[in-house]
Amino acid sequence: MSATALSHTAESGHPERAGGTPAAASFLTDGRGLRSWLLTLDHKRIGLMYLASTTVAFALGGIFAVIVRLEHLSSGPTIVTAKTYNQAFTLHGAVMIFLFIIPSIPAALGNFLLPIMVGAKDVAFPKLNLASLYIFWIGTVIALASIVGGGVDTGWTFYVPYSTGTTTTVSLMTFAVFVLGFSSILTGLNFIVTMHKLRAPGMTFFRLPLLAWALYATSIVQILATPVLGITLLLLIAERAFGLGIFDPKLGGDPVLFQHFFWFYSHPAVYIMILPGMGIVSEVIAVHAARRIFGYRAIAFSSVAIALLGFLVWGHHMFVSGQSELSSVIFSFLTFLVAIPSGIKVFNWLATLYGGSIALTTPMLLVLSFLVLFSIGGLTGLFLGMLSVNVHLHDTYFVVAHFHYVMMGGTVMAFLAGLHHWWPKMTGRMYSEKWGRIAVGLIFLGFNMTFFTQFIMGARGMPRRYFNYPEQFRPLHAFSTFGSWVLGVGFIIMLVYLLVSLKRGAKAPDNPWGGRSLEWTTTSPPPTENFAEQPVVTGTPYEYPARSRA
Amino acid sequence: MKGHRIDVDSFWLPHAGSTIAKDVDFGWNAVLGVSTVFFVLVVGAMLYFVWRFRRRGSAVAESEVDHNTTLEVVWTAIPIVIVLSLFGIGFKGFMRAAVPPAGALEIMVTAQKWSWAFTYPTGDTSPGELRVPKGKPVKLVMSSRDVVHSLFIPEFRIKQDVVPGTYTTLWFEATEAGETMLLCTQYCGTGHSDMLARVVVMEPAAFQSWLDGLGGDSKLPPEKAGEALYTKLGCLACHSLDGSPRVGPTFKGIFGRSQTMNDGAIVKADEAYLKESIVAPTSKIVKGFQPVMPVFKGVVTDKQIDQLVSYLKTVK
Repeated sequence: MSATALSHTAESGHPERAGGTPAAASFLTDGRGLRSWLLTLDHKRIGLMYLASTTVAFALGGIFAVIVRLEHLSSGPTIVTAKTYNQAFTLHGAVMIFLFIIPSIPAALGNFLLPIMVGAKDVAFPKLNLASLYIFWIGTVIALASIVGGGVDTGWTFYVPYSTGTTTTVSLMTFAVFVLGFSSILTGLNFIVTMHKLRAPGMTFFRLPLLAWALYATSIVQILATPVLGITLLLLIAERAFGLGIFDPKLGGDPVLFQHFFWFYSHPAVYIMILPGMGIVSEVIAVHAARRIFGYRAIAFSSVAIALLGFLVWGHHMFVSGQSELSSVIFSFLTFLVAIPSGIKVFNWLATLYGGSIALTTPMLLVLSFLVLFSIGGLTGLFLGMLSVNVHLHDTYFVVAHFHYVMMGGTVMAFLAGLHHWWPKMTGRMYSEKWGRIAVGLIFLGFNMTFFTQFIMGARGMPRRYFNYPEQFRPLHAFSTFGSWVLGVGFIIMLVYLLVSLKRGAKAPDNPWGGRSLEWTTTSPPPTENFAEQPVVTGTPYEYPARSRA
Repeated sequence: MKGHRIDVDSFWLPHAGSTIAKDVDFGWNAVLGVSTVFFVLVVGAMLYFVWRFRRRGSAVAESEVDHNTTLEVVWTAIPIVIVLSLFGIGFKGFMRAAVPPAGALEIMVTAQKWSWAFTYPTGDTSPGELRVPKGKPVKLVMSSRDVVHSLFIPEFRIKQDVVPGTYTTLWFEATEAGETMLLCTQYCGTGHSDMLARVVVMEPAAFQSWLDGLGGDSKLPPEKAGEALYTKLGCLACHSLDGSPRVGPTFKGIFGRSQTMNDGAIVKADEAYLKESIVAPTSKIVKGFQPVMPVFKGVVTDKQIDQLVSYLKTVK
């Protein structure tokens, strides 16, 4: 630690405490009891409550996934009826997207980290932040009411006129998503204002950690795209309740219009899901390779480029919907352009590995898994962006496999990498590295067994959302189901050792990985005010010394 | 799903049975090649760096290079050229598939939950079975009676949503005689995965004589013709033959059975009831079921209804 980048470093923070001055109470012990949590304004506690909520949602969505995969162990009815199966895949998608993956990184990890990373005491609007959490919980309760009240069988896409005609609780579920949208918008707003107004002295935009840049880009999309989904779902509810003819052709509406509205949000939403993951990868890879990030500005700008270009490609979900050929051609062209900034990021991460000092810790193994799986997810996106090839692959398991490689292989791996990377900071405890590596190995293996198989099935013509399937696909479907068990065991092991670490884990040092961004300069876990004294920033967060200089 | 099969004769793709399939497969091979090369390069580099630069002792990096303009321009420019080439290949194949040749045989396709019907220029309808001549372009003009469906024939590499309230079109030219399957690929509810149809490609002469016979009298006895209709119309998606309730009541022992309706009335299933349940299915609903059956009035002829009723009498 000779060339220190930040004036407020571990060295300047430690002696004070070592010298006998009692450390400020950690945010975990500053106030006890349920009330102190439910009424807290501390972004760290709110982040942890989001983390617990999204973990429960992930488990719930996972249970629906297990039902779907078990049903496919054989063709024809296996464990449930067609009606139950249709609800299971709908709820798997809706819960995973709206209750887990959208809030997981920004609202859980982002809430905890962003203010610390910019050197602030909290977000700009702490009360609004707590309100976002309560809105998220209210939306979740409405969604659960919809599930208990009969469930939804439309697919998470709610396509009309099926969704206007079905007797299931579509109105309640779409209302839940409408409410959840406000939580997302308010969090985005809070983050943008925090980054503009509360940066520490010396913390210019180009000294921000790349996760902050990614969260900034994500927040823009959350604020601009989410209202469109909210309005669309309100129109859908109005059509169901009052017979308002917007989308249903029987009432003079246009069903393809709904698809345009839906994807105008839901494609940018894909970037709400993946951009923060890319931010985490940029952080973790630099710290665990102990090396300056390669192409800081390219990574930062590509986040913004992805966020903006991401608004212009929604029609690539609709090449066979009946939209005009001209629209399809334009959307295909723009889709290929949006591939470029993602590719640039991958090359930058690879270049960061070059010449580093790479420790194969659990967070790093998760990032390496991300690189492999996200590459497959991104490259298979090229297949789907090609107009002629898309016609064959659209709505088959190839698409299912593609977005699981991006969302799960990409975002979830990045989320887990971030969770393991900052776990010592958040909880003050170390987890078992041995069990971490075992779990990551099982998850990587099980994931590929489950989903690579689905590329093969899809290319061969197996449609998605099929309760029953031609007998010829049985061996591949069964193999995919076996893979889902391996995947499930990996997740259960991970949950167990993380929970065990809370009680029995070794006390975490302030900076276990040798990171150089601000959060590593404060205690683990940090005090409520984040820093004992206001940090002043004099360099970028990635100024690692190299052998030539050391 | 017995009797339905997609022929697969390579690792990835189904058998190529249409002229359009060749365009699609060319595009597939191009993007598969590009992806494989990039994947091997990225993962190969990653694994090599992880091994070569593994941490030994203290955490001190060997390099602190944090940008290289030449390298960054190169790794931006080359992918741009490659993806734009892929766009071009996809565009070319897509446009060829978008414009049907003049003089194509036009077949009207009617989709509804959960069956397909194909109406030929003669005005005759073939439910659940699409027969086409080999080596002649065929244009499908498609419409849905209820929700959005999608017509997909994997061996022909064609797919198009079928949207209520409008017409969408597709065309293809089958290159060899034989049989394959057609699937619905836009989620449409309980019977979605049973919304299938047989596709039969025939020699032109055989096709012509089949078409001539389509409107004529069936040589089959009415209950046999009715049995075939049960399969082709997709009735089996909701009405079992083994007594198990699905979306609708089972057909086992249906004829003559007395059933309680949801308004409490007890109705005996005679010929008139069965006919009414086909042409106006929501007028009487058996207790415990939902009024979800699509209307088959205009989809099946009176004669076909007679055949179905004859068949139902035999299901014991």
